[in-house]
Amino acid sequence: MPGRSAPLGTPTKVTQGSKTKGGIGESTLRPDGTLKVTGEFAYSSDMWHEDMLWGQILRSTTAHAEIVSIDTAEALALPGVYAVMTYDDLPTDVRNYGLEIQDTPVLAHGRVRHHGEPVAIVAADHPETARRAAAKIKVEYRDLPVITDEASATAPDAILIHDNRTDRHSGHVDHPNIVHRQPIVRGNVEAARERADFVVTGEYTFGMQDQAFLGPESGLAVPAEDGGVDLYIATQWLHSDLRQIAPVLGLPEDKVRMTMSGVGGAFGGREDLSMQIHACLLALRTGKPVKIVYNRFESFFGHVHRHPAKLTYEHGATKDGKLTHLKARIVLDGGAYASTSAAVVGNAASLGAGPYAIDDVDIDCVALYTNNPPCGAMRGFGAVQACFAYEAQMDKLADAVGMDRVEFRRLNAMEQGTLLPTGQAVDSPAPVAELLRRVKAMPLPPERQWLTAGEAADVRQLPGGLSNTTHGEGVVRGIGYAVGIKNVGFSEGFDDYSTARVRMEVVGGEPVATVHTAMAEVGQGGVTVHAQIARTELGVAQVTIQPADTQVGSAGSTSASRQTYVTGGAVKNSCELVREKVLELGRRKFGSYHPAWATAELLLEGGKVVTDAGEVLADLVDVLGDESVEVEAEWRHRPTEPFDLRTGQGFGHVQYSFAAHRAVVEVDTELGLVKVIELACAQDVGKALNPLSIVGQIQGGTTQGLGIAVMEEIVVDPKTAKVRNPSFTDYLIPTILDTPTIPVDVLELADDHAPYGLRGVGEAPTLSSTPAVLAAIRNATGLELAKTPVRPEHLTGTG
Amino acid sequence: MRVNFTVNGRPQEADDVWEGESLLYVLRERLGLPGSKNACEQGECGSCTVRLDGVPVCSCLVAAGQVEGREVVTVEGLADHAKRRTEQGGCGTGSCGTSLDAAQRRQPPGAADSHTGEGTELAPIQQAFIDAGAVQCGFCTPGLLVAADDMLERNPNPTDADIREALSGNLCRCTGYEKIMDAVRLAAARQGEAV
Repeated sequence: MPGRSAPLGTPTKVTQGSKTKGGIGESTLRPDGTLKVTGEFAYSSDMWHEDMLWGQILRSTTAHAEIVSIDTAEALALPGVYAVMTYDDLPTDVRNYGLEIQDTPVLAHGRVRHHGEPVAIVAADHPETARRAAAKIKVEYRDLPVITDEASATAPDAILIHDNRTDRHSGHVDHPNIVHRQPIVRGNVEAARERADFVVTGEYTFGMQDQAFLGPESGLAVPAEDGGVDLYIATQWLHSDLRQIAPVLGLPEDKVRMTMSGVGGAFGGREDLSMQIHACLLALRTGKPVKIVYNRFESFFGHVHRHPAKLTYEHGATKDGKLTHLKARIVLDGGAYASTSAAVVGNAASLGAGPYAIDDVDIDCVALYTNNPPCGAMRGFGAVQACFAYEAQMDKLADAVGMDRVEFRRLNAMEQGTLLPTGQAVDSPAPVAELLRRVKAMPLPPERQWLTAGEAADVRQLPGGLSNTTHGEGVVRGIGYAVGIKNVGFSEGFDDYSTARVRMEVVGGEPVATVHTAMAEVGQGGVTVHAQIARTELGVAQVTIQPADTQVGSAGSTSASRQTYVTGGAVKNSCELVREKVLELGRRKFGSYHPAWATAELLLEGGKVVTDAGEVLADLVDVLGDESVEVEAEWRHRPTEPFDLRTGQGFGHVQYSFAAHRAVVEVDTELGLVKVIELACAQDVGKALNPLSIVGQIQGGTTQGLGIAVMEEIVVDPKTAKVRNPSFTDYLIPTILDTPTIPVDVLELADDHAPYGLRGVGEAPTLSSTPAVLAAIRNATGLELAKTPVRPEHLTGTG
Repeated sequence: MRVNFTVNGRPQEADDVWEGESLLYVLRERLGLPGSKNACEQGECGSCTVRLDGVPVCSCLVAAGQVEGREVVTVEGLADHAKRRTEQGGCGTGSCGTSLDAAQRRQPPGAADSHTGEGTELAPIQQAFIDAGAVQCGFCTPGLLVAADDMLERNPNPTDADIREALSGNLCRCTGYEKIMDAVRLAAARQGEAV
């Protein structure tokens, strides 16, 4: 790129234990791998207890209604039914919960606000009995008008989804049906527009996506003799669940003992509570263990989804291709309850300009309360919706200027030192231009790749596949590019800490480290990485990872690409403290035998204490003897601050993560069928602690973005606000046939603020995947395509 | 009702089975075999895939009564199934199946960890899933293993298109399938080397 010579970053430095096998940087294998391939790994739906009952939730059949009456008599009379509970049976005055705003009723009281809201719960001795009993509960509803979009939500006479709001956003929103509003204003857009030779605008619609984790919401609550309850559960954050559960049960937190069960994926969908409180209520009511397992239908109602969005964008550029300004408005539909909507607003707004240097910016972002399904966290968290819009704009603008689309992006790419629209300087490597260069440089898949050696068409490689709809006629190739920016960690002043307990002792004649955190292992491989960190820092071969529970301090959420950074950082920190104690022990025992104990920098490597020159001073087995050295400590990354409520200025984010994609698609233009042939990704990860896991994260995130582009959407009836497709028959996620090869190029430029220089990985690839696929389809068809997902009728002009 | 059938080579008897129960429910809740997973319970995701008289089926769509007198292999029995296949000289052609020893010898360094369940006998496809990084949350894994093992039994040298076709009934939400492809290719390659 002409005129760009800034250094890309510094190589990663590791000061301790690099000689220990199985440490950071190696593709060590998952410690839970064998259990998972043999079927022995105990997921939350696999829990079983002697004499246990099955819980079932009765959900509203309408989206917005007053509850006139509930009659549970017939359900209670059914043989095998042990308990039926409604709002009136809740044990305390705390009857709502919520991650930030406690606006979500445990069971509906007088009114339901969305389709599928919990109204009553049942416990019975067989799941089918529980289902039948729930069906016998008679609920009389009186329908209310439904609020489904911005116009109906903010009309002057709109019915309020929540009356008498007192939450911290209620004072600065223009209407009580707006959860939160965040403007980001920098520079002078009106003046900058005057400098623009080209101005492009676009209106974009982003569909509601479901996390579609495969392990259903489930768990087992076991009542205890002390009046408390033991809960075995799949969640993303044990301590956050606990804080919400205990007050509703009327129990102190130490009487709600939570243990992490196997988690069958999460992707944001397990940040909010699902069946946790219901199972505990039924267990405490019946005195018996209660298991609840959602089926897939219920799962579609049982967790929040990714916010659907309407995005209006205007960009300008000079004739030599420099961006002049951005004016944008982003409207997110938060549905009936707040969940994490306010934080999603902060993300969509602050990252709404994308990874580009733009001085003059005016972004306004709101989340609405409506009667649609509640929306909250999903991988990418607000940044995904924005990326879809700004990347479509970049292509339009490049075309208007007459530049190559990738070169246009590279010319305007942010780099280290660039100020974001929030005024925050990007103070670690931001290799946006380099990632674009790399992804463009990858070899392209061959043209007419469906032709086999004998020149016959393998229909499996064509749009439509085995439906045999084409042998190549009408098929057009398209190529598209996109790049995105995601924040890592919790933002806007949140105290985003984690806790790790690390112990070192001799077991069976070998030094062993034990790591205990409350980190939710949801599949991402945190447990693998914790063991690697302990080996690197403590120089041991054997590491035991304790099951996550609430007997140790909070690890924060497995969200926001933060766990390797924050809980990884906590494990590293506690290991360092343990190491100091072990060395102190060594000095006391053996210091008099060798002067290096006092003078040299000492390391733990290969089970020994060594000097930085490599001289062995003692065996860890001898240093430790019968003693065990243990540390539990909290660890924090540098603090952030809230965005100014009027201007959006502030040091809001901890770290940024960047990925770029190139999509190659083939479109059957006659039938509107799309086959994505290849989806290449280049991403900067700072430091690849486990390269195998990182590539797996990138490929998985990429595929979820592909799903948004061409198939995934929860369809909500605009008249009734009812969900139309709550099943894997009607809500499609990519199969192995829909998913292309995903070559990955991993860049490692250290962020000096982060442990080992690492960068959160999990979410960035979900951002740019979708707009790259959309760009490729536009490239193939010449259509504007301003909505996700692209459906056949959008390509054939029939819908 | 009572259902008598064979699971992973052992005769099983399930009592008090309600007529509406699925094979999946009986395996998971009555026989203590929760390895077959319950991701959708409507035949869309493949996580409950088992072999019924050798044929891969979604066990959630099989009524418990339908398995009376028949043979079921679940993920819990996959290692034994693979071992028996090897001992019997593989499938008809003799070209599939691999020696377990050979597969285990190929365990890469770093596999030894405190929680790997070291010493557990694995089918080659199970080992390949671990080695290739095909397991993340793992909820789809049992169904994919049963389906992939079945494919390799029938087609020891699959093309990528063959693999995708054979596994198209199994949803995975974590991996993007690339490492699953790698795992099946790896298992097929090891199988080929072992012949």
